Amino acid sequence: MNVPAYNFAYLDEQTKRMIRRAILKAIAIPGYQVPFASREMPMPYGWGTGGVQVTAAIIGPDDILKVIDQGSDDTTNAVSIRTFFVKTSGIRTTTATTEATLIQTRHRIPEAPLREGQILIFQVPIPEPLRFLEPRETETRRMHALEEYGLMHVKLYEDISCHGEIATSYAYPVKVDGRYVMDPSPTPKFDNPKMNDCPALQLFGAGREKRIYAIPPYTQVTSLDFEDHPFVPYRFNGTCALCGATDSYLDEIITDDLGSRMFVCSDTDHCATRRAQGHDRSPRVGGEVPPHDPEPTP
Amino acid sequence: MYVAVKGGELAIENAHALLAQVRRGDLSVPEIGLDQISEQLTLAVDRVMSEGSLYDRELAALAIKQARGDLIEAIFLVRAYRTTLSRFGTSAPIDTAAMDIRRRISATFKDLPGGQVLGPTFDYTHRLLDHALAGPSASPQSKSAVVEFDRSDGGENKEGLPRVTDLLVNDDLIEPSPTSEGPARDLTREPLSFPAGRDVRLQNLARGDEGFLLALGYSTQRGYGRTHPFAGEIRFGEVEVEMFAEDVGFAVPLGRVAVTECQSINQFRGSATEAPRFTRGYGLAFGQGERKAMAMALVDRALRASELGEEIKAPAQDEEFVLSHSDNVQATGFVEHLKLPHYVDFQSELGLVRRLRKAFAAPLPSPACQGLQAGGATEAAE
Repeated sequence: MNVPAYNFAYLDEQTKRMIRRAILKAIAIPGYQVPFASREMPMPYGWGTGGVQVTAAIIGPDDILKVIDQGSDDTTNAVSIRTFFVKTSGIRTTTATTEATLIQTRHRIPEAPLREGQILIFQVPIPEPLRFLEPRETETRRMHALEEYGLMHVKLYEDISCHGEIATSYAYPVKVDGRYVMDPSPTPKFDNPKMNDCPALQLFGAGREKRIYAIPPYTQVTSLDFEDHPFVPYRFNGTCALCGATDSYLDEIITDDLGSRMFVCSDTDHCATRRAQGHDRSPRVGGEVPPHDPEPTP
Repeated sequence: MYVAVKGGELAIENAHALLAQVRRGDLSVPEIGLDQISEQLTLAVDRVMSEGSLYDRELAALAIKQARGDLIEAIFLVRAYRTTLSRFGTSAPIDTAAMDIRRRISATFKDLPGGQVLGPTFDYTHRLLDHALAGPSASPQSKSAVVEFDRSDGGENKEGLPRVTDLLVNDDLIEPSPTSEGPARDLTREPLSFPAGRDVRLQNLARGDEGFLLALGYSTQRGYGRTHPFAGEIRFGEVEVEMFAEDVGFAVPLGRVAVTECQSINQFRGSATEAPRFTRGYGLAFGQGERKAMAMALVDRALRASELGEEIKAPAQDEEFVLSHSDNVQATGFVEHLKLPHYVDFQSELGLVRRLRKAFAAPLPSPACQGLQAGGATEAAE
């Protein structure tokens, strides 16, 4: 049995061309979901196959790749995907957001502002923002074509009448370039404002659902809301226990079985960079909260 | 003190080393060989080839060994390999009427040209554990002792056996087999879109999970989209695969593959414009895959509901529902991805639930939400 030899970055060149064509179309129609002939990848569907295919299609020998999952370079799936690209393309990798030319991410947008020339690649599980309102693809495609987003607004309205606020905390729908309603992938809504007018190119790959979409640099991205109920990005009102950051998105860590918890930056590179710059734990003893503490108001 | 979690890389390496260890199991037990798998676990190999969409017994056996016998994992391995292979052409349609028959049964006619051929089947075995198999089995009846189906008898099998549905079509009692229009589309090269043509539907079902199709087919028998099926014919055997060679101007044989084909015969009461006649459902699987082929035929027929003007009210008739969820590699990936970390989103949800609970405890109840669920809190995390 002969051992298969793989092309640079795993995918063959014809497949890369097919994916690049989809990407170009996606960039030309911001927020529109372009169907593409997603391949079976050597990692499971739902584990980043869309993002991996987009990265594989555009990565070149001079690129420097960063892979994060939940904001961290060291979570298992981020490690696995980074190793995959090192193995198949011999590419240079980094954990520094500022150093990377390509950043593949799951569930977060880095805290450090992105710059021109960088490309942020999102792994997307369900690309269709209307999917949980209408399960049929034939219907949702028609709704996008007709710009018929009433259903979504009714859902948001019902949230407000029911809960007093829009009860969506992640994968919060946005409107791109005043036209398409788009799913930002399951990032916390805290990250939504970062997508707006971003100097970097943002690409979204959904492998299992076979869709690619994009936000070109400096594109207007607005989170859906109402005049009297404006969009509010949420973050836990605390301080990072490691670097003292008060403006980063925080992970909640349970520290014992009595309900004690602490909060640390979800973006590990951001946290490490700040610590290297001499930032330290805050005077509040790291934002630790006593058991059963009701949450401070955001 | 808490430090940011590091060491994912080492953890993964260790996990893979452990996996290799448990895969091998007790070292005092001889290691299983690929030939043993492909010769003695033939039906597992058949299923992996079928749903892996790659006819290669050796690779399927390797995948089964590597996957520790987990067939969906093995199918995944085969698919991930298959997708890297370059396509150099499309074969001519196989001719199952010319099949070298090893098994052929019809439930619609007591006897028919070529007869009923039971072949190797579990049917009519009593499902009693055979403890004699626990030890090294005495070599089974030698080949010569088994009464082989005499292929030279009458010579008719050399020409193949006519398909039952072909016998019926002469009287116009059953719809003709649809002819293909243009080259068949390939789901592995183009995204699935709706409405899907028959070619795409059949490819999707052929790659689809046996268990999923079995349950759907079963549901049609229990009244959820009933199609009144008969097993018109099930045949299993080898067929020649040919490819049209431009250079020489004729089809050249590439090799032989074993397939199981099921054609169901289903009722159709007719419409204002069409006389009543029987309709077809079609199933095909690599190797001996009768359960798969039969279930596929039932589901194929159920999915023709709109084409035949039948009311669509059951899951098995719903094209988007069936074709979008039949693939076990996609399904297992997405279900199992819930194992991946979701703490960023969960953190957001925690914040939301805490706020909602606080609002709930507050004196002002919100009457509008009766009957509505907290959307954000009930949506599955992705």
